[in-house]
Amino acid sequence: MCGIVGLLVKRPALRERLGALMVPMMVGMTERGPDSAGLAVYTAPVGESRHKLSLYAGQHAVDWSELLRRLSQHIGGVHEIAVNGNHAVLTSAADPDGIAAWIGHDAPEVAVLSVGQSIDLYKDVGAPADIAERYGFKHLRGSHLVGHTRMATESAVTPAHAHPFTAGRDFCLVHNGSLSNPHLVRKKLEPLGITFETDNDTEAACRFFEWRLREGDDLKTAVTRGFSELDGFYTFLMGTDRELLIVRDAFACKPAVVAETDDYVAIASEFRSLAHLPDISQAALFEPKPEEIYSWRI
Amino acid sequence: MANLKPTPRTTPAPAAAAHARQFDLARDSLRDLNAFLHRRAAAEGVTLVQISNPDGAHSIACGLNSALDVHIHGHVGYYAAGMNKSASVTVHGNAGPGVAENMMSGRVHIRGFASTAAGASAHGGLLIIDGDASLRCGISLKGGDIVVGGGVGSFSAFMAQAGRMVICGDAEDALGDSLYEAVIYVRGKVRSLGADARFEPMTDADRATVTDLLALSGMDHDAAEFKRVASARSLYHWNADTDQEY
Repeated sequence: MCGIVGLLVKRPALRERLGALMVPMMVGMTERGPDSAGLAVYTAPVGESRHKLSLYAGQHAVDWSELLRRLSQHIGGVHEIAVNGNHAVLTSAADPDGIAAWIGHDAPEVAVLSVGQSIDLYKDVGAPADIAERYGFKHLRGSHLVGHTRMATESAVTPAHAHPFTAGRDFCLVHNGSLSNPHLVRKKLEPLGITFETDNDTEAACRFFEWRLREGDDLKTAVTRGFSELDGFYTFLMGTDRELLIVRDAFACKPAVVAETDDYVAIASEFRSLAHLPDISQAALFEPKPEEIYSWRI
Repeated sequence: MANLKPTPRTTPAPAAAAHARQFDLARDSLRDLNAFLHRRAAAEGVTLVQISNPDGAHSIACGLNSALDVHIHGHVGYYAAGMNKSASVTVHGNAGPGVAENMMSGRVHIRGFASTAAGASAHGGLLIIDGDASLRCGISLKGGDIVVGGGVGSFSAFMAQAGRMVICGDAEDALGDSLYEAVIYVRGKVRSLGADARFEPMTDADRATVTDLLALSGMDHDAAEFKRVASARSLYHWNADTDQEY
């Protein structure tokens, strides 16, 4: 069992309150996912030639300014870092793949959680309320977000196994359910040069969809292909820099409720995570139908 | 799709009466509510219970065992009114998965839509859903009656053994798969029937049944518009002559 939450605000003024609106949604999903939690938030893009990387140091004591100094010696350009405990967002005009490769080689104690121009990603083990407090989720701003609370059923409880999973740039996915053919999916993707960081089933789905996006599919087309490629139970919630998308498998065993008003689209595994939202009594409420794709753009 | 707006949080409580009791789940604990419904309501002569701010909590008014009239003003989560016996429970909102599952008797009325497995394995009583019901409505029904004002999702009435299901809207895939002796009446389109389910002619008795269930549910349709779906009973016995390709 896991919990998913998603929120997209339609009025720019509400972007200031995105995190504050979301925290009770995530905390409301604690019983469905008490062991880990994570969140991808999409902010205004950092600019055409710049990218940002969300970095996570876990239990390691990382000297972030020293890391930045060492990075500057190897990769030129202006790098900036915003530190939040064991988490940091590195912004740079340099090639983000080069930076990620340098971190993997020269600072392996640091994990790269996401790469893109809009996405900031946080995930860790622990109770959702503690994680929300640890990283100050209530202060987050942005246009939309994708969140998850995890109750591990098929792989270990570690920060790397927590959701959201990311692949490529500005793409993330969270999953409630379990896939029965993730190894077949991996066998198909690995010969294409796609590498995996964990043994988690959700990572297979995330990398499958991102591969299709790189091959030219739009997100809906990629998800439609997933109906025949991914076997198992799922409610998937995905984000790109422009879009929030939810889909449930044909059996719809994993729940989801959508609430839409003129101001926002809010998605959660259960209504109890939506009950606190403003004007919820006026919202259009529905459950996504099996194998129907629902998406909203900013 | 039915989208019933719940009563706003600010609705004032109805005037207190000796036989009535009000619970506000924004303030009162769910455990206290259910303990009251199970053990104290009948002893204290309470017959009417109003519940506000359910906010999707699980197992509200679950396991009731006396003739209470319970009104829940808002949306409920998993297993609301499960195992109901004798009570009448009305949800003025939508219901989460497994509403009225394993109901024994009484009446459960959902004024909005119901999530998956509504009325699963109900042995008796009447479940009314004004809006749509999601997948697996009435799965393994054992004798209860279900009336759905809207449509039902796929695999509804799967392996239903006894009881009746009236669907005023459409049905998705595999309606009545592996049916036993439960009977389904459907007014709209059926995307597909499940294995061993078949359409059968409506008899006068069928029309009377549908008319009665619609009247009990406050729904206004002509029984002549409904089709009967029941088991062909071809799966009841092992057939060694088939090629066993499943």
